[in-house]
Amino acid sequence: MRLKIASAVLAMTLAAGTQVNAETLKFAFQGTYNQLDPYNLNETFSLSMHGNVYEGLVRRSADLKIEPALATRWEVIEPTRWRFHLRKDVKFHNGNDFNADDVIFSADRVRAEGSDLTVVLGAGVKVEKVDDYTVDFILPAVNPILHSEWENWFIMDKEWTEANDAVKVTSASDTNPNYASLHTNGTGPFKIVMHEPGVKTTFTMNNGWWDKKEHNLTDVEFTPIGSDATRVAALLSGELDMAYPIPVQDIKRVDSNIGTSVMTGPELRTIFLGFDQKRDELAYSNIKGRNPFKDVRVRKAFYQAIDIDAIKAKIMRGLSEPTALMISPFLFANSGDFSRYPYDPAAAKALLAEAGYADGFEVTMDCPNDRYVNDEAICQATAAFLARVGIRINLNAEPKAKYFAKVLASGGFDTSFYMLGWTPASFDSYNVLKTLNNCRDDKGVGSPFNLGGYCNPKVDELTRLVLSENDEEKRNGLISQAYAILNNDVSHIPLHQQSLAWGVSDKVTLKQSADNKFFFKYVVKN
Amino acid sequence: MFGFITRRIAMALVVMFVVALISFLLFRFVGDPVNQMVGIETTPEQREALRQRLGLNDPVLTQFLRYVLGAIRFDFGNSYQFKQPVADLIGRRLPATLELSFASAVFALLLGVPMGVYTGLNRDAWLSKLLLSVSLAGISLPTFFIGILFIFFFSVTLQWLPSFGRGEVVTLGSFWDTGFLTISGLKAIILPAITLGLYQMTLIMRLIRAEMLEVMRTDHIRFARARGLPNRSVYYIHALKNTMVPVITITGLQLGSIIAFAIITETVFQWPGMGILFLHAVQNVDIPIMAAYLLLTAFIFVCINLIVDILYVVIDPRLRTERSRT
Repeated sequence: MRLKIASAVLAMTLAAGTQVNAETLKFAFQGTYNQLDPYNLNETFSLSMHGNVYEGLVRRSADLKIEPALATRWEVIEPTRWRFHLRKDVKFHNGNDFNADDVIFSADRVRAEGSDLTVVLGAGVKVEKVDDYTVDFILPAVNPILHSEWENWFIMDKEWTEANDAVKVTSASDTNPNYASLHTNGTGPFKIVMHEPGVKTTFTMNNGWWDKKEHNLTDVEFTPIGSDATRVAALLSGELDMAYPIPVQDIKRVDSNIGTSVMTGPELRTIFLGFDQKRDELAYSNIKGRNPFKDVRVRKAFYQAIDIDAIKAKIMRGLSEPTALMISPFLFANSGDFSRYPYDPAAAKALLAEAGYADGFEVTMDCPNDRYVNDEAICQATAAFLARVGIRINLNAEPKAKYFAKVLASGGFDTSFYMLGWTPASFDSYNVLKTLNNCRDDKGVGSPFNLGGYCNPKVDELTRLVLSENDEEKRNGLISQAYAILNNDVSHIPLHQQSLAWGVSDKVTLKQSADNKFFFKYVVKN
Repeated sequence: MFGFITRRIAMALVVMFVVALISFLLFRFVGDPVNQMVGIETTPEQREALRQRLGLNDPVLTQFLRYVLGAIRFDFGNSYQFKQPVADLIGRRLPATLELSFASAVFALLLGVPMGVYTGLNRDAWLSKLLLSVSLAGISLPTFFIGILFIFFFSVTLQWLPSFGRGEVVTLGSFWDTGFLTISGLKAIILPAITLGLYQMTLIMRLIRAEMLEVMRTDHIRFARARGLPNRSVYYIHALKNTMVPVITITGLQLGSIIAFAIITETVFQWPGMGILFLHAVQNVDIPIMAAYLLLTAFIFVCINLIVDILYVVIDPRLRTERSRT
């Protein structure tokens, strides 16, 4: 130990003396960084890694505020015309200049066939070059949240992409991998020097980055480690500087170890339960000829039968925030106005009796077992709580690959009672209302992730108003009205926001943001 | 001999065809690949279009024929997750798995054989009893548990050996990454190789012990002694050689399973080999990788069986004469 301290001191003096600082950050994540094309997959971890290499016109700060990036400023010159002023003297990693042509090119490419990020920019939006460093976006209708997902819309170099024949977004059905899915050329603070998917990815600092650098890293080494025990062990043994996620049951272990600690914080994702309210007879229940979930009293009884505080204390080890809304309180200003229905098994029993199910009934619950933090355990607890009010749950917990194939639109919404987690990609309530709570048809058109088919035309109407309202206060009022209806109708049972848990060595400081994205530009290693 | 080998190869082709067919039918039950390939916000129409482009809407028989036709030309398609040709991906991962299997087989043989001979000859020595009871642990504890124990002891507590990965690798030729030429690579292989080889070592030791006990009672050993041969030559030339036939069979088959089923060890140690590639493929319904991996596994088993059959003939003269008679 003494030797270690001595060498550390020596290293520090050397570093201070010569100013040569080769710091390598080594970190691990549970999943793999599959491919490098920034438009191929709309998934948090890939986008987070791309975000160290590529940049968008705007970016989010660590507290998720939109701030200028490749655009220095923007203004809404007409209600449907937004003007973006681009940053000058920005160079891509290969030395090419960044300008308006790259933005227009990226706007076309992100909406082309094969792109999984078409949502960031509506198909009807026209992009016009005013001059080399000014671009106009002409919208088909007013949209106050036009740029809300643009931190995920990374600008690519037109010349580079064309020269390497990578204009078409690689689709999985292509026979040849696209150049852009194996190589990168962004404007961001790091470049990728080696990428072996599923094995290791190495980043190195971009000396020519336009922004002031906060980090002191020269290199970053990423390894995917799927096994929880190994990832934790590698952090404890000092082989890693950072590892995430840390399973809730290991947090104490990491905290009590000298030299490591866990950074926790609320995540944006909301975990909730939903009911099939569309079919006239439930697909998986002993009640025939009718659908008990069409009755709001039954839904409310389920809600009140679940002891959310026990789930928080026993299953989530305190690392969850029970919620009354289907959106994180960070993302909605008025969320303080709402509260959960209290846990009350007696009231739940009374509601069931009132609805004509005094003896309860039987229903199958679909649940993923490798998607959310302790997902299966939460479902088991839910089944136990519901058993106390006479509801017999057959739990069907499956790996996510099978689970989503069954319950999503592609599986025909084949579920009666399910668990799902949702983060609105735009960080805005409109997304929650539109994708989870509007009326839909049997194919999912109208509200693709409203798996249970909850439908209230008043909510649809409010959703439309929310979309076109530019005044923030009025808009929040409309959203509140919609959430109040959802609460009254018990459209879903919101459970909680789970927590982030990043294991961090004492040698590094970094910033954690609630969207679970890891940016190297905040890392200082000493 | 030639006829024997051609017959075996014909059988091998049938086996591989059947493996391909069965695995292809099973893939229909692992889940929907499209859900793993797109973000959750992708609309149902876009998902349907992707499914169409991938040919997942075609009848299973069409998909299977397309696959077999590709496989004959060594074209296993593109990985759904990585968007790269499967043959490349597996080729790049193969060295890691083969080196790990080789190291663990060497470990198992180098320790298992002498331990087996010793315990077979000195049945009542305290060391024999110790080895036997320790080896019981090796055979009864699950691999992932041993691996995690090793990690916590040697990596976290003592900090002697790395807990994951392969260390530094050196590329030989154009495609073979070896970890045998660097210090960190050698350190990295120790724990996974022992974890993977422990079961085999125990098996070999117990097998040789049982065979030794048997052989030592036979007449030819008694005659060897009567001829006044030194103990060493009786034990290691006359006795051990006669225990080898079952040992080679078992070791051969076990080598196949070491290569094919290093999955658990690779997962625990994040060893970047084929096993972990396969496991990820299962989790993400990456059908092209799964199919190619299962075919490769079948191929490895078939090859090893063939080699074992040939080795029999080399080692056991009795089989040679029988064959030449028929």
